[in-house]
Amino acid sequence: MASTEPAVVCSGLVRRYGERRALDGIDLTLGQGQTLVVFGPNGAGKTTLLRVLATLLRPSDGEASLLGSDLRKEGWKVRSQIGFLGHQSLCYGDLTARENLRYHARLHGVEDPAARIEALLEQTGLSDRGDERVFGYSRGMLQRLAICRAVLHEPQLLLLDEPRSNLDPAAVEQVEPLIGAAAGRTRVIASHDPAGGLAEADLVLGLRDGATILLEPAEQVTTEQIGELYR
Amino acid sequence: MSTTRPPSTLSAARAVLYKELTLERRAPQTLTAMALFCASTFVIFHFALGRNEVEGAIASGVLWVTLTLAALLGIGRSFVADREEGGLDGFLLAPAPRTALLVAKATTLLIFLLIVGFFASVIFSVLLLGPTPKASQWASLALLILLADLGIALVGTLIAGIAIQTRARDLITSILALPLLIPLLIAVTKASEPLLSVGGGTLAWRWLALLGLYDLIFGLLAYALFDYLVED
Amino acid sequence: MPTTQSLYGRRLTGYAIATAIVLSVSIALAFFYAPIEVDQGFSQKIFYIHVPLAIVTLGGFVFGGIFGIQYLRSGDSRHDLRSYTAIHQGLIFCIGALITGSIWAKAAWGQWWVWDEPTLVSFLIVFLLYCTYQPLRFSIEDPERQARYAAVFAVVAGVFVPVNFIAVRLASPLIHPRVLDSSGGSLPNDMRIAFYSALLGVTLLFITICKYEMASKHSRAQLAALRRSLSGERDEPVSARTAAPRIAVK
Repeated sequence: MASTEPAVVCSGLVRRYGERRALDGIDLTLGQGQTLVVFGPNGAGKTTLLRVLATLLRPSDGEASLLGSDLRKEGWKVRSQIGFLGHQSLCYGDLTARENLRYHARLHGVEDPAARIEALLEQTGLSDRGDERVFGYSRGMLQRLAICRAVLHEPQLLLLDEPRSNLDPAAVEQVEPLIGAAAGRTRVIASHDPAGGLAEADLVLGLRDGATILLEPAEQVTTEQIGELYR
Repeated sequence: MSTTRPPSTLSAARAVLYKELTLERRAPQTLTAMALFCASTFVIFHFALGRNEVEGAIASGVLWVTLTLAALLGIGRSFVADREEGGLDGFLLAPAPRTALLVAKATTLLIFLLIVGFFASVIFSVLLLGPTPKASQWASLALLILLADLGIALVGTLIAGIAIQTRARDLITSILALPLLIPLLIAVTKASEPLLSVGGGTLAWRWLALLGLYDLIFGLLAYALFDYLVED
Repeated sequence: MPTTQSLYGRRLTGYAIATAIVLSVSIALAFFYAPIEVDQGFSQKIFYIHVPLAIVTLGGFVFGGIFGIQYLRSGDSRHDLRSYTAIHQGLIFCIGALITGSIWAKAAWGQWWVWDEPTLVSFLIVFLLYCTYQPLRFSIEDPERQARYAAVFAVVAGVFVPVNFIAVRLASPLIHPRVLDSSGGSLPNDMRIAFYSALLGVTLLFITICKYEMASKHSRAQLAALRRSLSGERDEPVSARTAAPRIAVK
């Protein structure tokens, strides 16, 4: 039953800040294992959409459900299924990478956290510097650590806000098995890169001022159409 | 594939508490600031009151005013590390009960306050306190510090949770905390007065009862309302 | 079209007239019907305004807390407006109670402030706490968060009031014999009638002013909405710096 359920359903989803509508009636359905890429200029509502889906912001109006659970009423149910990667690393500067991951593993109730953490650090090339305080990390290292944190608890659904920012090509390849298509997870990605974003999308959502401008399967969308959003 | 199971309130609270204490051990800013603040304030009181030694009501007042103002520093710092780099979001994303954050933050603050309370009492008795309290009086004072610090930690965590989302964080912390702590300070200063008097005295039970009532009521309030502060 | 005017402006005139009548009658009763008190003489007349002000202040704070709970449970911004108005006007009435209390203290004991009158001291502390309500609201920009945090404050402060009264009462030596019980229970009959009519008058005054404030806030919000729709703007400014509740105009 769970396998036939769509991963993400939004209908008439609205999020207000005061009277301003950061999201203005979003309707979409995303099947399990599919990838939705959200495009739009700064302030279009991409981050707000991700934060609402991550249960960090409550919807002001409309419905949103993840994996069959209503976000308003049962947000707590889906938290263990969501991996969220935002602009901030959500890691403490005065803790080491290992301590940060251990902390998040305990909050998520990950069983056998040590093995999981070592595997992730190995994958992202951070194991040698895993006992250093995060304070001294470069932006790229911090981003890799943040990715480890987001996938630590093996979430089914990834919410990624510009996941490859600050990463060099080698690092992009390192994190590919974790957040790329190969991970086999449902993904919602906010992107500024029309060509790259389109390449990994199954479904494309174009936002401007919180409203849906474009919602099409990826094969029917051209890079020019996406470029149009930013004009 | 590793599996996950949402943590209980207690285990999530322990994770947060461990994180808080590690952070303070790595960068011991809050505790040192609170302790230094106490020492300097005692020196100021020496000159402001024009006395080498104090006892009774004045001694009780000096000690508790100092500890309360030092507590404001700790309350103000309570969620600062979580604001930077979004540590609060990190907690909220986890399937952990929200009460765990209240428990961990209040416990952290309580530990800080107890350490500072111990340090300040020793410094105070050396620098300013005239009479020498007996062992039983020190024990009573320790009990008072414990009960008062518990109340300050609970109210302080509630206030820190409110203030962290405001623009004028430091101002809001102070103006909210001081009036809210007045009943607690009435009880604890009145109760400490005989313990710090020449000749000494004993602890009056009604002040202990009032402190207990205060802790209970504000503990329940913090428990009932904290979710509204962290959820959005 | 905005139609909420009828909701808030309704019966305002009726309340205003009732308030004017009852207050006038109670002033007349206080000065001409109630006898001059034996110990304190004419200055005791301030009792008929001071005690009702104090009681209504507490009532306002209690209702502020109750509406705060209702806001937290429902998320309905009308409860936030009610809570805000009750606390805002309660604070103004509290200033009135403190000033009249101070005048009474001067007349009765020769000093503007007496620390051994526990009720007065309690009011000062409560006043200091509620003074932080507006700055707290003002320092939170997001209106929804502002309302939620203000409601949390209203509940905490509402519970604080009795705890504070207990603490101050315990700490007071209670040397002044309380000739006049604030509940009016030990009053002679003629004084009691004057007192209760004054209490009713001040309560009506409080309700009228609260209703007036809410109606005024509503019409202002509607006016702003109309202006925006005329000029073709869709949204309110993101973060107007204000301590007042935001009102959703349908």
